[in-house]
Amino acid sequence: MIESITEIFSNPWTWAHYWDGFVMTVQLVFIALLIGGSLAVPLAIMRTSSNPFINWPVWCFTYVFRGTPLLIQLYLIYYGVTLIDGIQESFWWVILKRAYYPCLIAFALNTAAYTTEIFRGAIEATPRGEIEAAKAYGMSWGKRMKRIVLPSAFRRAIPAYSNEVIFMLHASAIASTVTIIDLLGAARDVYARYYAPFEAFISIGLIYLSLTFAILAVFKQLEKRLLGHLQPR
Amino acid sequence: MSQDAAALVVSDIHKRFGEHEVLKGISLEAHKGDVISLIGSSGSGKSTFLRCINLLEVPTSGDIQVHGEKIDFKTDKRGIRVPANNRQVEQMRSRLSMVFQGFNLWSHMTVMENIIEAPVNVLGISKAEAMERAKEHLDRVGLYDRKDYYPAHMSGGQQQRAAIARALAMNPEVMLFDEPTSALDPELVGEVLKVMHGLADEGRTMIVVTHEMAFAKDVSNHVLYLHEGCIEEQGDPKKVFENPSSERMKQFLSPKY
Repeated sequence: MIESITEIFSNPWTWAHYWDGFVMTVQLVFIALLIGGSLAVPLAIMRTSSNPFINWPVWCFTYVFRGTPLLIQLYLIYYGVTLIDGIQESFWWVILKRAYYPCLIAFALNTAAYTTEIFRGAIEATPRGEIEAAKAYGMSWGKRMKRIVLPSAFRRAIPAYSNEVIFMLHASAIASTVTIIDLLGAARDVYARYYAPFEAFISIGLIYLSLTFAILAVFKQLEKRLLGHLQPR
Repeated sequence: MSQDAAALVVSDIHKRFGEHEVLKGISLEAHKGDVISLIGSSGSGKSTFLRCINLLEVPTSGDIQVHGEKIDFKTDKRGIRVPANNRQVEQMRSRLSMVFQGFNLWSHMTVMENIIEAPVNVLGISKAEAMERAKEHLDRVGLYDRKDYYPAHMSGGQQQRAAIARALAMNPEVMLFDEPTSALDPELVGEVLKVMHGLADEGRTMIVVTHEMAFAKDVSNHVLYLHEGCIEEQGDPKKVFENPSSERMKQFLSPKY
């Protein structure tokens, strides 16, 4: 065991490969969260609308994406959408022919669905009296959203959202199933090369673990700064 | 619009929730410096009436005029009466500030942020100026040392005083108080009433829904007693309290235990 560890990790190829996987995972997750989070804000506002024509499409979107495995969503986009007639001749093909973008799209839509529901819950939990006070002080709907409802909802959503970020990081491992060399993809290559499952997968597990701790640390700081009003003094 | 137009004229307000008519034609006129108390037992419609004034509830019929400017209404697709022009309503609301029973401070903002929020974002005053003025108002209610506290970290009385400072910061033409002491522990009521008393002495125009009979009697210059959506009795507080003409008002004022 010790020998194989020295052998594997004295080879610069291993480190380079892990580094590439690390960059890929972090990049995929970060961009997917960025896109998904930005989509989730308007979607969550629409989802809280009392107008069914606005509320319903978003409800359908979140239920489909939260109700099916991410792996299936990825397969549908990567294997399915790319076979739609004419798509390979269209400009979309530039984006869809590599595995990277279908993967990013699947991740972004999936996290958008979960984040929409997290934000929706937080928006609906806004104390009625605070909205009433905003009205009574002459704020328009837009100002109330921007100044009162969303800032307080985002703060309340932080703890639940930190879970979503961690889930997204772990779920991103399935990118390796569509030829992407992310962290898990790199580990599989190392495993295949040395036939050393424990070394390959434990080392990668430790990297996921440290990333998770880093995310938790960031959110802990955020909560400390932004959730002071909810903590006992 | 004449120069001496009343600060607020509310005429013949009716409010119906489904089959139930909560307000059956209530009118009120407030001139600058008036302190008008609305009293009555729970369910008499006094809070609903106050909320109709700034359109937190839209009256089923009746008119509201702030300094001679009448609020326009229209009937929407479902046949419900709604304000015709949201901008006009927002503008009107920014001239009447409200103090709530449950304080309703914005919980994610500090006291200072609560106070400058509407002056900066609704009235368009610069942040520096708003903070300068906020300092005065906080001193006024004795809370300057609490300016960086969040509402949840203060007592009810402090929160309500902060809410009054928030209302003052709008430099309102009329202040609406919706049972401002009803959610407070008895020992905290005094500090809030003291601030309100001071505001009345300053010549602020105030409309106060209250259960504090001593306040209504000593501070206001006009009292309305509401019963089941109607004005049962109104007039000078001395007269209304010491020599009520209606039987119900007498009952309402008599000690219950």
